[in-house]
Amino acid sequence: MTAARAVLRSWLPPVVAAVVMFGVWEALLAVVRPDGFVLPPPSRIGSALVGDFEAIATATGITGFIIVTGLGAGVVVGAVAAVLVTVFRSAHETLTPLAVAVNAVPIVALAPIFNAWFGILSPRSNQAVVVVLVFFPVFINTTKGLGQVEPSQIELMESYGAGKWRIMREVRIPNAMPYFFTALKLATSLAVIAAIVAEYFGGRQDALGNVITNSAGLTRYDDAWAAVLAGSLVGIGLYAIAALLERLVMPWYFAARKAA
Amino acid sequence: MSDTSAVNDESGGAGSAAAAVDVEGVSKVFNPGRSNEVAALTDIDLRIGSGEFVTLIGPSGCGKSTLLRLIAALIAVTDGSIKVNGKPADQARLDRDYSMVFQRAGLFDWRNVSRNIELPLELMGWKAADRRRRSDEMLELVKLSEFARHHPAELSGGMQQRVAIARAMSFHPELLLMDEPFGALDEMTREHMQHELLRIWTETQTTVIFVTHSIGEAVFLSTKVVVMSPRPGRISAVIDIDLGERNEATRDDPAFFASVTAVRDALRGGQAS
Repeated sequence: MTAARAVLRSWLPPVVAAVVMFGVWEALLAVVRPDGFVLPPPSRIGSALVGDFEAIATATGITGFIIVTGLGAGVVVGAVAAVLVTVFRSAHETLTPLAVAVNAVPIVALAPIFNAWFGILSPRSNQAVVVVLVFFPVFINTTKGLGQVEPSQIELMESYGAGKWRIMREVRIPNAMPYFFTALKLATSLAVIAAIVAEYFGGRQDALGNVITNSAGLTRYDDAWAAVLAGSLVGIGLYAIAALLERLVMPWYFAARKAA
Repeated sequence: MSDTSAVNDESGGAGSAAAAVDVEGVSKVFNPGRSNEVAALTDIDLRIGSGEFVTLIGPSGCGKSTLLRLIAALIAVTDGSIKVNGKPADQARLDRDYSMVFQRAGLFDWRNVSRNIELPLELMGWKAADRRRRSDEMLELVKLSEFARHHPAELSGGMQQRVAIARAMSFHPELLLMDEPFGALDEMTREHMQHELLRIWTETQTTVIFVTHSIGEAVFLSTKVVVMSPRPGRISAVIDIDLGERNEATRDDPAFFASVTAVRDALRGGQAS
């Protein structure tokens, strides 16, 4: 009963806000009546989504696969690199400046170069953009969380004769979890942006990015918007999964915040 | 083992107490050869018998916490040698001959109270059922049995520190090293914790080395107060305390005040020189 009420309390306001926003959008356009290319009303975007459902679903599946695989690979590489630089001082001194340098590169600008490497029609180049873009926030945040441990907790573990891998497992990794999940949630939306923008430059022609550019090129703005909406839904879905995982993996964190 | 009995023979004059800790000619220099070089401790000799309650007291910078960490082998000596239970300090650390309690309880948020207490036992490879039984015993010892499933964040500062003591005592170490464990607690909680610690000390016969800033705390708890002075850190006096069994009345006992005065005079003498 109370759990249902808590769910209702957290979901109701954003749902109401979204309904109101779409309502105002629809009503305003009914009064102002601009050309469709400026901004179609939600109802027309909705009907485009229904009308072109098959093409948009296919495109979402293709781009969604790139997003999920790129996100997964970027997160794993970022987290593993964070553990390595924390355990090995020498790795920290070599890898961290390199990572910072890579981050300073406008990653999306690499998309045409990746196309040359992996082939213009290959999704590999799009995945590569996602991996590189996701890597950095995960690496930096997780490294910070692994390092910011109370010194006496490390001394405590050493006093029990624990080695650095055991300290990593028992202290540093749990300590880094809140930092990691903050980065993961950030990375979900970054991955969507990276995949779609990368597709503007190449990759499969039936993917979301190309559906957007092609539809816009043919002045079919309703379809372009419908594809944008599909991309947003993927982003929202991934964010929700990350937030749910965060709750499942570290219930202690939310319990501690409630008690504090 | 033969080492321990040898030490026992040597200390024959001091009664039945075997040396739990033997510090010989120890110096500690931080950042040697660099511009920020600090001589933290010079020429420390200290012998602590088994079952004693020894307090290290002195002003900031006298190296009392450094001495505790040297005994714990968390840092290495620059000179001299430290033996714990007749073994080199680092061997004693690996053998888990001692346990530490810090000023901050340092409980892990991701473990509930009883799993925090079980942590050292997990590291030692105990079976789950044995761990659970021991953590229940420890919770009884620190009188927190009803909080076994609680979250550390749900406990008060004093209760958290009692859990930290239970964790430290979980594997029945022979030596307990405490670094200003009650420093962050309010006065009432602090006095209560002192009584609890003395009770646990009496029940378990553990040797305790306790670092504090508080003269009253040092005198109330100890069988021996080691007074230290800074720049460079050294031992300026060792004062034996004999107050018998301690209770609330002890704090108003003239003998208690006499010892407080003795320690205070030693601290002043140390600072003047």
